[in-house]
Amino acid sequence: MTTFAFEAEGLVKRFKKTTALDGIDLAARQGTVLGVLGPNGAGKTTAVRILATLLRPDAGRAVVGGFDVLRDAAKVRRTIGLTGQYASVDEDLTGMENLVLIGQLLDLRGTEARARASELLAEFGLSEAGGRTAKTYSGGMRRRLDLAASLVGRPDVIYLDEPTTGLDPAKREDVWGIIRRLVGDGVTILLTTQYLEEADALADDISVIDRGKVIANGTPAELKRVVGGQTVFVRTADPERVTEAAAILADIAGRPAESPGRGMATVPVVGDTAFTEIVRRIDAAGIRVTELSLHLPKLDEVFFTLTGRHTEDEAA
Amino acid sequence: MTITVDQAASVAVSPATRPFTRTRHILALARRSLIKTMRTPEQLIDVTLQPIIFVLVYVYLLGGAVAGNTHDYLQFLLPAIMVQTVLFGGMATGVNLNTDIKKGVFDRFRSLPIARSAPLIGSVLGDLIRYVVAMVSLFIAGYILGFRIGTNLPATVAACLLTMGFTFCVSWIIVLFGVLMREPGGVQGTAFLVLFPLTFGTTMITPASTLPGWLQTWVNVNPVNHMMEAARGLMVGGPVAEHLPWVGFWSIGLLAVFAPLAVRAYRRRT
Repeated sequence: MTTFAFEAEGLVKRFKKTTALDGIDLAARQGTVLGVLGPNGAGKTTAVRILATLLRPDAGRAVVGGFDVLRDAAKVRRTIGLTGQYASVDEDLTGMENLVLIGQLLDLRGTEARARASELLAEFGLSEAGGRTAKTYSGGMRRRLDLAASLVGRPDVIYLDEPTTGLDPAKREDVWGIIRRLVGDGVTILLTTQYLEEADALADDISVIDRGKVIANGTPAELKRVVGGQTVFVRTADPERVTEAAAILADIAGRPAESPGRGMATVPVVGDTAFTEIVRRIDAAGIRVTELSLHLPKLDEVFFTLTGRHTEDEAA
Repeated sequence: MTITVDQAASVAVSPATRPFTRTRHILALARRSLIKTMRTPEQLIDVTLQPIIFVLVYVYLLGGAVAGNTHDYLQFLLPAIMVQTVLFGGMATGVNLNTDIKKGVFDRFRSLPIARSAPLIGSVLGDLIRYVVAMVSLFIAGYILGFRIGTNLPATVAACLLTMGFTFCVSWIIVLFGVLMREPGGVQGTAFLVLFPLTFGTTMITPASTLPGWLQTWVNVNPVNHMMEAARGLMVGGPVAEHLPWVGFWSIGLLAVFAPLAVRAYRRRT
């Protein structure tokens, strides 16, 4: 028997002629991360907005923390924290003022609201910047302030709508760290993303959505099995020795390696021992490498496998 | 397997539904608007300079023709210009609100367990400070030009408060536009279309006796005209009582119709 922190069934939402959601089911067990993976326009944000009581579905139902999003919207709002893909903080207010305002709106007393705000600013490395207006913040700082703002009320369920879109890799790692910490505290998270890598790193379960429908559902491992191989990439310290490395790659993968550039070789692999085998053989051959990595397929490749279309089709 | 708790049996009162709580939310949000105004003083320049320019233009262009001299005309004009100034200030509320809603901040407010009306009322209330700044600067400019209160200070303060209360009610029309429309420019344009006949279809710059009959009919029902006449009566002397019921009736009427419409539109806005 499973208790879901939130659950949506058959959500349908139409905007004029476009169908944003075409009967979507999403659910996350308490204390887990549900990754919702999909390209732009797939319906991720619409689904989040319905679960956050910002939009009413045309059909279907959604329950968050045991409360119906339509009948008990006020109670749902007490349960959730929301972080949009655009940072929803007030630029003319300081970091501190932003968080205190949210605290006051959540019925904390003045001193409590200020204490909670200081605590969160410290936690997100914004203590020093707390007295400056948010418009002076960098993109990464705004994102962190936005995340902090959604945590003021210690919500049980947090919606993160593409929290790392537009952030550089180091800032992305920061946000990942925060998400992991939250899950450690027992919070349930709905994470939307365009990156399989991100969903793979953070989510317990992944739902892939496309054109308002869930097209695949499962744990990251299950999903990777469906979408197939990963790619091994190697860059040798001495570019001359790349041919030897390529030969090892080809031998293990059972197909010729390609060279995306000087001193580099790459090959798709299947099976869960291929990578370690390659590492061992390269080491045994005494080839020094500056980079040796295993890559997940890109979202576009996932989509191609699942739908037979590339994500670029969506833009048309 | 799904568990859905039947909440129908739960009777726990959500704190957010208590009026006291709602008032605190509104005040917190009004404070936010206030801080924003203070941090962007360029917004206030608009509000302070525009009425002074209006006064200068009317007094020196029309003063001689309408009242025989500029001094008498200034006594006639200034209370009415005050009402116009504050009303135009109310227009800015709608424009600001529109800009605000388009950013993500209002999404956050809507995801919080607060009354849907709180962010709107908070914005309108927070903007009252703009009216005060505009009125004070107008009075200073008026005093330098020779305007003198013809009644007494309490009556003048009453005129100011009445104007602010009236504008609070009227500004819900603009707030409705601010919530409904997609672009701040559209809000501004539409607000002007509404405010122009309201502020200029009045005895603001010239007595009603010189107007054509059809325009006099409009002037007689126009709530802004009654507000201007009441302000004039309170500040320089003249009939007040006959205008007050009109002001009260229109204020309550506009508030009762447009505030719920604006909140409803805000709730439905995606």
